[in-house]
Amino acid sequence: MKFFGYTLGDPDTPVGPASPEMYERMSAFVEEAIKAGVLLATGGLAPLSEAVKVKYSGGEFSVLDGPFAEAKELVGGWALMETRDISEAIEWTKRFLTIAGDGESTIRQVYGP
Amino acid sequence: MTDARAQAAIETVIRLESARLIAGLAHYTGDIGLAEDLAQDAVVAALEQWPAEGVPRNPGAWLTTVARRRAIDFFRRSSDLSRKYAELGRGLAAEGGDAMTPDFDRAFSDDIDDDVLRLIFTACHPVLSVPARVALTLRLLGGLSTAEIARAYLVPEPTIAQRIVRAKKTLAQAEVPFEVPEADQRAPRLASVLEVIYLIFNEGYAATAGDDWMRPALCAEAVRLGRVLAQLAPAEPEVHGLVALLEIQASRIPARTDSRGGPVLLADQDRSRWDRLLINRGQAALETALGLGGERGPYTLQASIAACHARAFRVEETDWAAIVALYGLLAEVMPSPVVELNRAVAISMAYGPQAALDLVDQLTAEPSLRGYHLLPSVRGDLLRKLGREREARAEFARAATLTSNERERQLSADRARGLGE
Repeated sequence: MKFFGYTLGDPDTPVGPASPEMYERMSAFVEEAIKAGVLLATGGLAPLSEAVKVKYSGGEFSVLDGPFAEAKELVGGWALMETRDISEAIEWTKRFLTIAGDGESTIRQVYGP
Repeated sequence: MTDARAQAAIETVIRLESARLIAGLAHYTGDIGLAEDLAQDAVVAALEQWPAEGVPRNPGAWLTTVARRRAIDFFRRSSDLSRKYAELGRGLAAEGGDAMTPDFDRAFSDDIDDDVLRLIFTACHPVLSVPARVALTLRLLGGLSTAEIARAYLVPEPTIAQRIVRAKKTLAQAEVPFEVPEADQRAPRLASVLEVIYLIFNEGYAATAGDDWMRPALCAEAVRLGRVLAQLAPAEPEVHGLVALLEIQASRIPARTDSRGGPVLLADQDRSRWDRLLINRGQAALETALGLGGERGPYTLQASIAACHARAFRVEETDWAAIVALYGLLAEVMPSPVVELNRAVAISMAYGPQAALDLVDQLTAEPSLRGYHLLPSVRGDLLRKLGREREARAEFARAATLTSNERERQLSADRARGLGE
């Protein structure tokens, strides 16, 4: 089963740069997750203020530049996992949060194409 | 957190740690049977303590520490130390350790990844029967229970339990060392490991009997084991070849059954439902395999064939001539009537049904293909294309009687009926 996990946070509370120690622990964690055959893809996203929205309505396109007012935006990056069940995805997410620090991750199952 | 979720979390943590725990203990004791017993003791302790105390911050270390204490108790209590343990104790004593209680920090300081690799090679040792290798691999590396394995293979649970017990006994009696094989043994031993993973995948993919829900889980487990192995043995081209093959075959899972669960043939599959992520992963693994050089092995060649199909967004775009050539190479490194049958299918697509039928007719004399349902199925298809419908119908009817899988039987029966009765 595939799961998409992402971490949302308050856009007004900027996330500081990772300390070298945290960076090292996160690299080790990512390596462990790849070695376990769990992590299929991972990455981060540029801030919402740099995002662009493309709208289509009544045959017309409109392209809107940020910043956008959202209560929460994606802050901690995202990961596509393949695990045996949701319980394993929860466990890997806990391990991620232990290193990333306080925050809230959302896990959603990914359906096939 | 609900009790049920807390319980699930504990069981999940244990399952995730299981292979590494057993691997580390097997390195120390040199006996995977004893290692599994010690691991089981630690699991029992965890199931008793974690619900009340919470899951420890480093559950793997916790389990290892408990298992370590149990092992020390075992060694101290055991009045009848086997030669192996005595030797181990002496060896460690010579290095400044205690003769009776081996120095665990030293024994466990080795890279746990190497221990997992040793565990894979040991579970897939050729001294074991193929079904025993499969069961032991699923149990020790996959962390599947005997009940889950039994369910996946549609056999009674005691059969699997016994198979695993006997396998561990066989390894102990044959004094199979817990190690990655030396260079001169590496190729055949690796072939055995790859075969086991491939068979696990195929059991899920081809479903030789029944239609239990555990089947997709077997495919997923095999892909996972392949990905793990590719990380542990990155210099082996055939490991990446196998991973490439499994990723690409797995990419078709969403498209290979219809809404009623019946099989859909490759040519009829809705290719927009192929999982592009898995295809990309498969192609990347194939490039890694090819990049490592050397003669292309059977898995790399099969992956190359699978990649040819994956590259065609429509069946008409398939490069059949390339596939015929790849099957020719495959027949050289892995001569088999089944490969010939597949080559015949490719020939029919590239060069027409008559050329293929000539090859298939030679195969009908092949004793190993007697009872193989795909032979009459392919032959029926070729005859139909040549307009020989009465003969085709007889072949489809024969194919239907030869398969034990209900869905495949239905497909062949439908094709026979489709030609009018």
